[in-house]
Amino acid sequence: MEAAVFILSLVDCCALIFLSVYFIITLSDLECDYINARACCSKLNKWVIPEMIGQCLSTVLMLVSMHWFVFLLNLPVAAWDIYRYLKVPMGNMGVFDPTEIHNRGQLKSHMKEAMIKLGYHLLCFFIYLYNMILALIND
Amino acid sequence: MKLTCSFDGTLTYILISVIYWSPGPSQNPVAIQQLPGVSYGMTHQPPYNPMQAKAPVAPGPGLYHSGYPPVSSYQPGPQLASYSTPPGQPLLTRPQIAGPPLHTPPQSASPSPGPRMPLAQATPPPPAVSSSSYYSNLQQPQPNAQPWQYNPVPAPMGTPPPPNSMSSPPRGPVANHLNPPSSSTAPPPPPSSSTAYSLPQQAYGSHSVTQPPGPGIPPTSLHGYNQPGRNMFNILARGRYCQIHGPGQAQLSPSLAALSLQSSSPEALRVVNLLQDRNLLPPTSVPAPTPCLPHDLQKVNCSPEVFRCTLTSIPQTQSLLNKAKMPLGLLLHPFKDLSQLPVVTSSTIVRCRSCRTYINPFVSFLDQRKWTCNLCYRVNDVPEEFMYNPVSRSYGEPHKRPEVQNATIEFIASSEYMLRPPQPAVYLFILDVSHNAVETGYLNVFCQSLLDNINALPGDSRTKIGFITFDSTIHFYNLQEGLSQPQMLIVSDIEDIFLPTPDSLLVNLNECKELVQDLLKSLPTLFEKTMETQSALGSALQAAFKLLSPTGGRMSVFQTQLPNLGVGALQSREDPNQRASAKDIQHLSPATDFYKKLALDCSGQHIAVDLFLLSSRYCDLASLGCISRYSAGSVHYYPSYHQQHNPAQVERFQKDLKRYLTRKIGFEAVMRIRCTKGLSIHTFHGNFFVRSTDLLSLPNVNPDAGFAVQMSIEENLNDMQVVSFQAALLYTSSKGERRIRVHTLCLPVVNSLSDIFAGADMQAMTGLLACMAVDRSVSASLSDARDALTNAAIDSLSSYRHSVLTIQQPGLLSPACLRLFPLYVLALLKQKAFRTGTSTRLDERVFAMCQLKYQPLAYAMLMIHPALYRIDDLTDEGALNINDRTIPQPRVLQLSAENLSTEAAFLMDAGTVMYLRVGKNCNPIFLNQVLGVPSYAAVPDNLYLLPELDTAESQRTRAFIGWLKDQRPFFPTLHVIRDESQLKPSFMQNLIEDRTESALSYYEFLLHLQQQISK
Repeated sequence: MEAAVFILSLVDCCALIFLSVYFIITLSDLECDYINARACCSKLNKWVIPEMIGQCLSTVLMLVSMHWFVFLLNLPVAAWDIYRYLKVPMGNMGVFDPTEIHNRGQLKSHMKEAMIKLGYHLLCFFIYLYNMILALIND
Repeated sequence: MKLTCSFDGTLTYILISVIYWSPGPSQNPVAIQQLPGVSYGMTHQPPYNPMQAKAPVAPGPGLYHSGYPPVSSYQPGPQLASYSTPPGQPLLTRPQIAGPPLHTPPQSASPSPGPRMPLAQATPPPPAVSSSSYYSNLQQPQPNAQPWQYNPVPAPMGTPPPPNSMSSPPRGPVANHLNPPSSSTAPPPPPSSSTAYSLPQQAYGSHSVTQPPGPGIPPTSLHGYNQPGRNMFNILARGRYCQIHGPGQAQLSPSLAALSLQSSSPEALRVVNLLQDRNLLPPTSVPAPTPCLPHDLQKVNCSPEVFRCTLTSIPQTQSLLNKAKMPLGLLLHPFKDLSQLPVVTSSTIVRCRSCRTYINPFVSFLDQRKWTCNLCYRVNDVPEEFMYNPVSRSYGEPHKRPEVQNATIEFIASSEYMLRPPQPAVYLFILDVSHNAVETGYLNVFCQSLLDNINALPGDSRTKIGFITFDSTIHFYNLQEGLSQPQMLIVSDIEDIFLPTPDSLLVNLNECKELVQDLLKSLPTLFEKTMETQSALGSALQAAFKLLSPTGGRMSVFQTQLPNLGVGALQSREDPNQRASAKDIQHLSPATDFYKKLALDCSGQHIAVDLFLLSSRYCDLASLGCISRYSAGSVHYYPSYHQQHNPAQVERFQKDLKRYLTRKIGFEAVMRIRCTKGLSIHTFHGNFFVRSTDLLSLPNVNPDAGFAVQMSIEENLNDMQVVSFQAALLYTSSKGERRIRVHTLCLPVVNSLSDIFAGADMQAMTGLLACMAVDRSVSASLSDARDALTNAAIDSLSSYRHSVLTIQQPGLLSPACLRLFPLYVLALLKQKAFRTGTSTRLDERVFAMCQLKYQPLAYAMLMIHPALYRIDDLTDEGALNINDRTIPQPRVLQLSAENLSTEAAFLMDAGTVMYLRVGKNCNPIFLNQVLGVPSYAAVPDNLYLLPELDTAESQRTRAFIGWLKDQRPFFPTLHVIRDESQLKPSFMQNLIEDRTESALSYYEFLLHLQQQISK
């Protein structure tokens, strides 16, 4: 059971890592002018909700399996994802808005956020991996 | 299945109930216009095509100076000086002695005695200089305050800069420039404006300030003045000062005083105690400061009307900028109508190979064959063709080419600058014909204006035109050639809009002019009896988008109510009871992303949407405005428009339409703003879509659009003396030519705070702050934006007090160049866009915000700080003389009720509106001779036009008001008001120095600032 939870989390975490990398690549494409803001934002906005769901999934998994430390580690990130999604003004086209992404250093802060998430997911990846191995051995 | 019924005899209706159309590709066959790649008639080049020479002449009033054949028209150098004069504004001005360009620094800045020599024998200024002095400022205006630390880049404090020698950058063979400040013959820079302004403490006031370091400036700060380029003047100024300090001083003639104002550079840093000196407004408009550059660079620099920076001296590092707490940014008016513009036709446009900068006057030539880019410092080859100079018809002088002599220049681009062949000019008009719209009667005015100006629409033989009207259905008009009368096609399926006859809705204007005229004549009567009250604007826009997609073009949307049907329907969000009382204003941001998405689609297809909103009720401009904002259109708002009830508004609409229809237009435009390595742009303001980091997509560009950008310093500029900014606007003219207009601005880099303050441009700073505050009110809240504005004033003044002044004195001290900044900030706080506590309709507030972001600085400044004149005693003294008309020049008064009197008449010019306030006991001569009424009581309530009387007073007054009106592209309404008039409150609200129920007076505001600073 425990092993199953961590295997599932591990898969989820891998997906989130790929997603972070995808965000970073797309944003840096925009920075280097390989794609235009419109294309970039519509690509990224598509993945905001899947990312949120993925993050919430691993949070919930940790909660139900009562791994409090990992749960607390996941909670703020999940909360941030939800907050960010809910805070989008009505007139904006999503978390990433093509008309604003070049203003007030938004591109940079999105980039920074994606980087931090990548690091965080990598950390989680190893925690899950360790816990999974531990669970498998204990079984 | 079509059902045809005839109606009215004028039009044929076809009701289409079944959709079976697949709109065919209606790509118009467009002749590819091959631009002969030609240069200035060099013999070894492809032959110069004489036809080509005529092409560039743009039509339309006041656009280019008459004939501007690319080849023959170059005039080297001096010409530039005059181009900055806007049409209609004469060079001849008030008694301004042609002074030296302001801070013309000597080549080397070390305060050695050397430079004195040239000064002593100063020669009369060359003509070019004198005309450029028209722009030089009386003083260095404003330092900016950085209220917001938007600059995310924390730059490390720069290492101490190298001894700052102000030498110009290496320019190779270009003549060496050791230009002494040319007209230093001029009388002593006297001091301060005080003489001229008659300060209370004139007795010493004027003198003490004469001394460069004003009374409050500590000796240490002297060091600041000795910065590059200034020292010479100081020496001179001080020397002179000693001489005149004696008895002679009192006799300084006004002209001398004016001159001195211009020429002393420390003037910008003269310490002013804002709490004591009240009369700080210059008698006429506030001039832009001149960058402290070597004379030969400044001579060719871009005009401040086109390109302005908030800090005319760029700080070396971000940390220095943060310390100065002033915003760094550029304000542009790139497509301004210029009276003189060099146009170059050349097969190769010389650009830097790595950063693609266009060659400009500030590059340096290493030798004849190499030039160094002034933005990225790459060394480039000079192409063979560039060696020939068409102006002098000589070979081997690349640095004398017009491209290197003019900071503003236009190139005719070759086919490599085109994504597709240039498209024809396409105009589509989308008209609201619901009951509400018909009620206002705008259709008559619109149709009549278009009929009158139909031949003046910019374009060529390919120009296309089309019309769509809408209420709860969408009506198209088939104007195909060969029809005997226009055919109206009604599409009632607004959920899934389609084009009934895609090929015949947009027609060639020249071939179908009669049909178009028929339509325009019958349109107003056609809907006279409509009872349809709904408005399906969203669907009409989608239809128009489909119609224009293949070619791009311009959509003009006329809307009179809140769209309430189909896609893009909006709800009323305004609660009229909350207008005055609400602590924070809600609903400044759009309610839906429909209009934004559509605008981006339009932008992608090179379509701009201009919105004319004529409504007395709430229309949710915050949402609707997005359609223009992101498609680079413009928004025009006529609140309470009604044909009978509001004749002033009707006249304004009429005049604005005329300008709108006939002004120059550029299609498929993009603008790129480049800056020297180390600087970067982080926020853009204006109407456009930012496509990539420095590329603005502008489906249309019009001459009345302004832009602003905020910048940050990402790398230290330690080893640079100057930095440059280049705005390149690539557009297709209405004649189907691809053109590039390039503006380059060069500014010095400084490393001391006092120099940064000395170069601050208070008007530019105010304009940029207004843009930032608009952003802030939308993204955070209005009260946040108001706080940030106040903080901007506090920050800049406290930074000045704590970092530049070393001797602390009581009072609120400000450098002279910033002296109006607190006033402007207060004016912003009381502006419609940001005021609280006064009842302001949401749409009007949002419109004011749009204007602040979109208008060029000169017009935005009038909105922020209106000009007040006393006009019942106009005289010819000091008058301008333009085209044999004498235009009196009354002085600008402070916006305070204490300047008003019941015995006089005052004119307040607030940009889009002018108020002529007649006092109760006004001079009967004025009433008689100007207003044409026997007594005060007989002044009509809604007088909005001055009668044309044949008296000297009337002529003077009308000449003056006409002159003011000529200086802006839009039409201001004039209201004559009495004490009892309804409009009196709007007039009084513009008296920003006075206290109102909800806002501080200027003096209270200053006390508040002082309190915050001394904390």
